[in-house]
Amino acid sequence: RLSVSRSASVMIRVCVLFTGKIMDQAMMVGAPVIGLNDSGGARIQEGVESLAGYADIFLRNVLASGVVPQISLIMGPCAGGAVYSPALTDFTFMVKDTSYLFITGPDVVKSVTNEDVTQEELGGAKTHTAVSGVAHRAFENDIDALLNLRDFFNFLPLSNRDPAPVTECQDPSDRLVPGLDTVVPFETTKAYDMLDIIQGVVDEREFFEIMPNYAKNIVVGFARMNGRTVGIVGNQPKVASGCLDINSSVKGARFVRFCDAFNIPIITFVDVPGFLPGTSQEYGGIIRHGAKLLFAFAEATVPKITIITRKAYGGAYDVMSSKHLRGDVNYAWPSAEVAVMGAKGAVQIIFRGKTNQAEQEAEYVEKFANPFPAAVRGFVDDIIVPSTTRKRICRDLEVLASKKQTNPWKKHANIPL
Amino acid sequence: MAAYMITPTLQRVLLSAKHVSFQSRYCVVAGRARYSVVYDASEKTFDKILIANRGEIACRVMKTCRKMGIKTVAVHSDVDANAVHVKMADEAVCVGPAPTNRSYLNMDAIMDAIRITGAQAVHPGYGFLSENKEFAKRLAAEDVVFVGPDTHAIHAMGDKIESKLLAKAAKVNVIPGFDGVVENVEDAVKIAGQIGYPVMIKASAGGGGKGMRIAWNDDETREGFRLSSQEAASSFGDDRLLIEKFVDNPRHIEIQVLADKHGNALWLNERECSIQRRNQKVVEEAPSTFLDPDTRRAMGEQAVQLAKAVKYSSAGTVEFLVDSKKNFYFLEMNTRLQVEHPITECITGLDLVQQMIRIAKGFPLVHRQEDIPINGWAIESRVYAEDPYKSFGLPSIGRLSQYQEPISLPNVRVDSGIQEGSDISIYYDPMISKLVTYGATRAEALQKMEDALDHYVIRGVTHNIPLLREIITNPRFISGDITTNFLPEEYPEGFTGHRLTPEGRRELLATAAALYISAQLRSQRFMGNLRVSTTSQEQSQWELQVELEKKSHLVSLSRSGSSFTVEVDGGSVEVSGEWNLASALLPLSINGNPRVLQCLSRDATGQITLQYLGTQFKLRVLSRLAAKLTGHMPEKVPEDTSSILRSPMPGSVVAVSVKPGDMVAEGQEICVIEAMKMQNSLIAARAAKVKSVHCKAGETVGEGDLLVELE
Repeated sequence: RLSVSRSASVMIRVCVLFTGKIMDQAMMVGAPVIGLNDSGGARIQEGVESLAGYADIFLRNVLASGVVPQISLIMGPCAGGAVYSPALTDFTFMVKDTSYLFITGPDVVKSVTNEDVTQEELGGAKTHTAVSGVAHRAFENDIDALLNLRDFFNFLPLSNRDPAPVTECQDPSDRLVPGLDTVVPFETTKAYDMLDIIQGVVDEREFFEIMPNYAKNIVVGFARMNGRTVGIVGNQPKVASGCLDINSSVKGARFVRFCDAFNIPIITFVDVPGFLPGTSQEYGGIIRHGAKLLFAFAEATVPKITIITRKAYGGAYDVMSSKHLRGDVNYAWPSAEVAVMGAKGAVQIIFRGKTNQAEQEAEYVEKFANPFPAAVRGFVDDIIVPSTTRKRICRDLEVLASKKQTNPWKKHANIPL
Repeated sequence: MAAYMITPTLQRVLLSAKHVSFQSRYCVVAGRARYSVVYDASEKTFDKILIANRGEIACRVMKTCRKMGIKTVAVHSDVDANAVHVKMADEAVCVGPAPTNRSYLNMDAIMDAIRITGAQAVHPGYGFLSENKEFAKRLAAEDVVFVGPDTHAIHAMGDKIESKLLAKAAKVNVIPGFDGVVENVEDAVKIAGQIGYPVMIKASAGGGGKGMRIAWNDDETREGFRLSSQEAASSFGDDRLLIEKFVDNPRHIEIQVLADKHGNALWLNERECSIQRRNQKVVEEAPSTFLDPDTRRAMGEQAVQLAKAVKYSSAGTVEFLVDSKKNFYFLEMNTRLQVEHPITECITGLDLVQQMIRIAKGFPLVHRQEDIPINGWAIESRVYAEDPYKSFGLPSIGRLSQYQEPISLPNVRVDSGIQEGSDISIYYDPMISKLVTYGATRAEALQKMEDALDHYVIRGVTHNIPLLREIITNPRFISGDITTNFLPEEYPEGFTGHRLTPEGRRELLATAAALYISAQLRSQRFMGNLRVSTTSQEQSQWELQVELEKKSHLVSLSRSGSSFTVEVDGGSVEVSGEWNLASALLPLSINGNPRVLQCLSRDATGQITLQYLGTQFKLRVLSRLAAKLTGHMPEKVPEDTSSILRSPMPGSVVAVSVKPGDMVAEGQEICVIEAMKMQNSLIAARAAKVKSVHCKAGETVGEGDLLVELE
């Protein structure tokens, strides 16, 4: 295990014995905890004592959760009990080709289930960043990982009592972004890259994406607006039309809750055709998982700014940080369509069996597939020229910096896990 | 955003003309400006013109139309609905889907657009329908004016053989040659003598350089005849031979002509267009370094003779090949506005589009030949979205995520039809813009071009600025000693980018290190956080290691304010600047000299990509400790590329010649990718069995997409 300390306000576990103490102190002073993990699990010879040691750490991880940011960097093979501490922390990063996370290694897997699997396939960086969603990102080697960790760390506040950090910013807050005026294609079925919008809007095009290879139909990550850290959530029309499914809902929900816990404003870019239909999703519990994202957005009391770039259909519209879920500022681009569903589907239902469906579709588009019905009802604060998006978000964030909002007292809410 | 600075450029022309030492020239400019650049509203031309084109040339034409008080109509394909030329026009009509043959070449749809909008005239730009006589005929049938020459001129000049015969009849020099078949050796010597040496002996059935010989005297002719006929017989089974004049070290120089419908014609000097790749021009200039006034006049007069002979009206270009002894030979005549027309406008002060519109309306020319000056020097670089490292330019596509034209610099004109956020698609020409610089002298224009290229910000697509900047700083180019083979001669192994001098390398390393430190320092400055102590004493000495072109360099920096003293490779470099990390441009002072670099990317792990002297260099900056520890990192095994075939460029799959299980030989064609009208055949790197095929004919693929796997 390595220990690094950065400007005295960060503490990193030195070893199991000291870990508890350090975490207690970190919580007391409000300092983030960074774990560099490389552990084969409990030392069998120590018996129950080592298990107790683990549990001590787990407990602290849980108590510190939401108090100070906790980051795990997996730098070697971690097995058994050792994998649960990273799982309890806010972010887990891995090193490609040299780090693994699994409950039991390939040998045990072979003897129990007779499966032949390599360490890499079972719990390598690729598996956990693209398939299981256990890890949030992977880096090339130890040095790259540590350097990226430092960069990432700069986005985070020190604790839940501190505001989101503000760094010196050289990118003008009133910069117009002409590229945004043309980014959304004319045909509503054509895809575009939400990252083009995000990078255009944020400071210096710098976007630290979380889970870039998992549930790619939603994009989440950190960036800065006029120097201030913000959390960004966006549907990705390039992947599965940007629809919400089980994995993307869970990915989004966890990210939104982190931002809310640590006073990081949330900016949401919406282009969502709805929840993904089908048996695999329904059997998997899309209702309960989709509700997590809804829960997270509704519960969040940090500044919430939403920009509808194109589709905002059905229940997914409500979920994506809508005005109805206490969104502070909700904008729509002229290309926005806020409606219960797309024109084709709607006409097929409303005018079932009728022949002049093309005509009805045109009428539907005229009536519903535009931002006006939402705007006249106040569900959208303004219809804006896309190139002014950055300017407006920066201005709104300044106003919202002093936002105070509290939820009713409760022991804790009961998010549909 | 995009700028078509016609008036400002001309104003700048006037301004810079003031610096020219003799006063009389200035008077000529000022005098001419009165009637050529001022757009006379009382001269009634058309109310509405439809521009049957897209991109920069459509914008260019509209710009002049606006000044002349003419309403404009744009046509566009569906993917171009958001394009700059559509936004610029007063009206726009969609003429079909993306492929050009269904939109910009779709005459029916364009005729409909004319009818709907009531346009009185059509400007075809270049390419597409500009030299299509059928289109001109259809316009004439509906009484719509074609802004260009008459149908018969288009027809006459469009045919290679007919145009050559016409040129010959008009006493224009054509490449001398014997049209018949050469009977025997003595016949060959006789014909060669008549043509004049050097001559080229080539097989009648020939091609690909086989059976071709160059002869400089009678003996070589005899030898060449014998060898060529043998080779021709064995290669093609046909030993018939032709003889024509061999043009040694040819240059491509063209004369701009302007003719009206009243029999008046002018020549507007030449354009040197020798820098080409695959017969496409890359850098053009006006005037040419090579022509003396007599040759220029002779070429100009012959060009005018030809124009008059075909009753040409409108702007046109007569292309010549010029050999090393300044003999010139007619090549062809382009009956349209040329891509490179801006350089002629810069040195003559005329607006060619305005002249074309006036002529189309039937107005006579107001200029006389003696009014046409050569003022200063203009250079045009064609900025393309293409990868110059692949055979001097293979098309690339993408979205312009950041785009800034260097129009804030004086004497720079940028003709473009795109803006930040535009897509460069596989359907159309990958030209981004025409960058034109102007100066009193050639050296001044070249210096401006260097500055302009350094200030040009293009992100999101691969572009050819590295190549352009190397060309304009190449000593042979600067000396003016160029031919149409310039690129293959100078870069026989292909273009590899700027070669760093030891001093340049030090500058680059120092800049990267200083940039890295600036970013590090900034990341430590948190605003308004009382819990993070702000140290007033920031670190001022650093020891770093910078990796460039696979070599590590130890670098020591010391900082005072915004200036860094960098010790690297046994030399010391002073770098200072604003270090604005948000700006695309990085204006610096390096050892007291102003230099503009661009930072293309920078990440947390010290990877920095800098554009230095046009070329992009990848660097990695690490602290000494991190650099030392990097040695302990396990090495990554690179992907075995001999068993997979990836698409070298974005495009569409035309044909797949293999299926899984097939055996392929080394060099055998696997599939064909078409991009920007070019078909590229992809071949197997080794003999193997095909494991899997990941593409189908008709599919669109991106650069780097996996096409075929071999076993």
